[in-house]
Amino acid sequence: MSTLFGIDYPTLWFLVVGGLFSGYAILDGFDLGAGALHLFFRKEESRRIALNAIGPVWDGNEVWLVIGGGALFAGFPVVYASLFSGMYIPFMLFLAFLIFRAVSIEFRSKEPMRWWRQMWDVSYSISSATLALLLGVVLGNVLLGMKIGPSQEYEGNWLEFLNPYALVVGLTTLALFTTHGALYLLMKTEGRLYAKLTILARRALGFFLISFAAATVYALVFLPHLTDRFREIPWLFVVPLLGFLSIANIPRLVSRHKYRMAFLFSSFTMAFMLLTVAIELYPVIIISTMDEAYSITIYNAASSDKSLGIMLTIAAIGAPLVLAYTAFVFWTFRGKVKLDETSY
Amino acid sequence: MDVEILSRIQFAFTVSFHYIYPPLSIGLGLLMVLMEGLYLRTGDKQYEQMARFWTKIFALTFGIGVATGIVMEFEFGTNWATYSRYVGDVFGSALAAEGIFAFALESGFLGILLFGWNKVSPRVHFISTLGVWFGSMFSAVWIVVANSWQQTPAGYHIVGEGLDARAEITDFWAMVFNPSSIDRLLHVWVGAFLAGAFLVLSVHAYYLLRGRYVELSQKAFRIALVVAAVFSLSQLFTGHHSADGVAKNQPAKLAALEGHFDSLAAADMYVFGWVNKEKQQTTGLKVPGGLSFLVHYDFEAPVPGLNAFPENERPTAVNAIFQFYHLMVAIGLFLIALTLYAVFQWWRGKLFRQRWLLWVFVFAVLLPNIANQLGWFAAEMGRQPWVVYGLLRTSDALSAAVTANQVVFSLILFALIYTLLFALFLYLLDKKIKAGPENKEFIQERQRQEGIAEALRSKPGL
Repeated sequence: MSTLFGIDYPTLWFLVVGGLFSGYAILDGFDLGAGALHLFFRKEESRRIALNAIGPVWDGNEVWLVIGGGALFAGFPVVYASLFSGMYIPFMLFLAFLIFRAVSIEFRSKEPMRWWRQMWDVSYSISSATLALLLGVVLGNVLLGMKIGPSQEYEGNWLEFLNPYALVVGLTTLALFTTHGALYLLMKTEGRLYAKLTILARRALGFFLISFAAATVYALVFLPHLTDRFREIPWLFVVPLLGFLSIANIPRLVSRHKYRMAFLFSSFTMAFMLLTVAIELYPVIIISTMDEAYSITIYNAASSDKSLGIMLTIAAIGAPLVLAYTAFVFWTFRGKVKLDETSY
Repeated sequence: MDVEILSRIQFAFTVSFHYIYPPLSIGLGLLMVLMEGLYLRTGDKQYEQMARFWTKIFALTFGIGVATGIVMEFEFGTNWATYSRYVGDVFGSALAAEGIFAFALESGFLGILLFGWNKVSPRVHFISTLGVWFGSMFSAVWIVVANSWQQTPAGYHIVGEGLDARAEITDFWAMVFNPSSIDRLLHVWVGAFLAGAFLVLSVHAYYLLRGRYVELSQKAFRIALVVAAVFSLSQLFTGHHSADGVAKNQPAKLAALEGHFDSLAAADMYVFGWVNKEKQQTTGLKVPGGLSFLVHYDFEAPVPGLNAFPENERPTAVNAIFQFYHLMVAIGLFLIALTLYAVFQWWRGKLFRQRWLLWVFVFAVLLPNIANQLGWFAAEMGRQPWVVYGLLRTSDALSAAVTANQVVFSLILFALIYTLLFALFLYLLDKKIKAGPENKEFIQERQRQEGIAEALRSKPGL
């Protein structure tokens, strides 16, 4: 088996996929969060400013999901096939809401009528919130494990997707994205909208802390398999610990109105939480609840070393480019939002 | 209906709908690059004005293109799980390259293209437009490479047997430059340039007929006409090369394209016709031995007909494939005639005086778009019954975990959403065209706000 820095290729690609999904959560997370808050802004101008705060970047952010999905397909085709076909209906709904989120942003500003804008505002906000929820629900199911049979196919009923644990993780994700989105908007707004967001950010944060506590307690009590790894290798506990510290830091920074730093720490929170999930699961990606032997691991699901080697090369060439022009775009649109004739 | 036919209908429907938009984006991207380039070179504000106008239309096509594009990526996993497991190792690197080199580039710079007019210098803006256009061109590269690999697999070996069999990559560059990828990529690119150019021609012909933005529209029309004429002609060559490739690599598809059954006979080339599959007969206006000549440069050389292949390895919908292919070719030839005639009138200095010609251009926008769709229909239906030619049958590529009811649900879902999207797209496109390059929306919005401010000032009691 080929290795790089002593790490085998499937593990490296597992880290790449994890990195891409973390990037997606951090970047599109604030878009979805801003969307979830959208209907709380009552005035037309506030809504326009909130929309234009994500306007130039949301599309690039969504691409992280496309790349992450592609990376999963390419590196672990079996996971991609079993997860997506097993969760057929939820993924189709996800697609529908993703389309509505995109076109609502695009269509809203094209007509001045009140009913038109109201309609797209509602569609945009509901889509954003549902997407955040669904992402969390998928994560919850991955943590919980699925009914994977001997041929690596899902053998359960799709309704099992909506179980209490997954829903709690879904709500936690929604709350975290909403907090993250509020913090992002605080960096981009001023005046009364800014004042309103200071309140919304606090409420979202409270919602997150409660749901996060619920999800954690639930996992500790009912899902002991998730903590095995940390009992085996105690020093790895540093990762969730850093996650907890990041979370604890957010209320402190919010109460001091240091929103830029708070946004940084909500980003860290996502990264550390997903890294914790990765550590808990590794080397399994989808736990089979039928028989441990049926579980889909990074080794029985991975593409060949040859293929992974090519993709690692592509990623090594592409990643600096992507980061460079992403940084350039964010830098171009830095500072508070000012509406002009090109705005949404 | 069973899962197979439902999943095929769903994929065909979602991908056809999606494919309305990317060619327009790629083609408009080229036109925007030319317009902005001319603005930088000449300093003529009208070029900037038209670039800004087309950027807004581009935003619409690009937005719907992105929103509907992710659907197919997901469908590989949801509806075609066995296919995903089979091809993931090979297909994956093309998809990964597409995401990281193409999508990230285009959507990264899109923000600056759409919202950066007042934030960056014209030069940086031009570079962003180039970035978006290159990104869209690259995305065509990787998706056509992946699809071409399904037509003419190369650079792989098969590992495992029966249900566990899958293709593994052995040579990345052989996979990328598989026998059909370059021909088909050029054909797809040129088709996209034509879609964009004819949209520009159509809109500016309409303005000219209505006497609006006359000077600007004449300039824009000329730019687009050059693009349209050059690429209509080029499409003849890329098309011929593609057909040549099909003859070498996918003889069953070639036989279906021309409705050719008998293996020992020379093959004819039809201008139009009708295929009777039961009687194994094709009737119509033909060039006797034309296909033989195209393939072998000899009117009498035999070409393998459909009968040369076992029944279960032939495309089934022969007449449909025949019609789609011939209609595409007819449209291509018509576009050449139309653009050459227009260039001729331009040379005579009478281009904008022929109202009927402008009217033809107003409606000709549909043709390259229809031809793009038909070409894909012929290419994909001609590959059947294989999803990966000669390796994996479409009927074996499905998801075991998915039931017909689930696909019916999603098919209805997409049908509803896409009908709504298409209606909105046409409505907003029409509105933007009517608003024109003057940017009336902005002017009205400013007047409205000034009006409100004025009203507030005059009534201090409020």
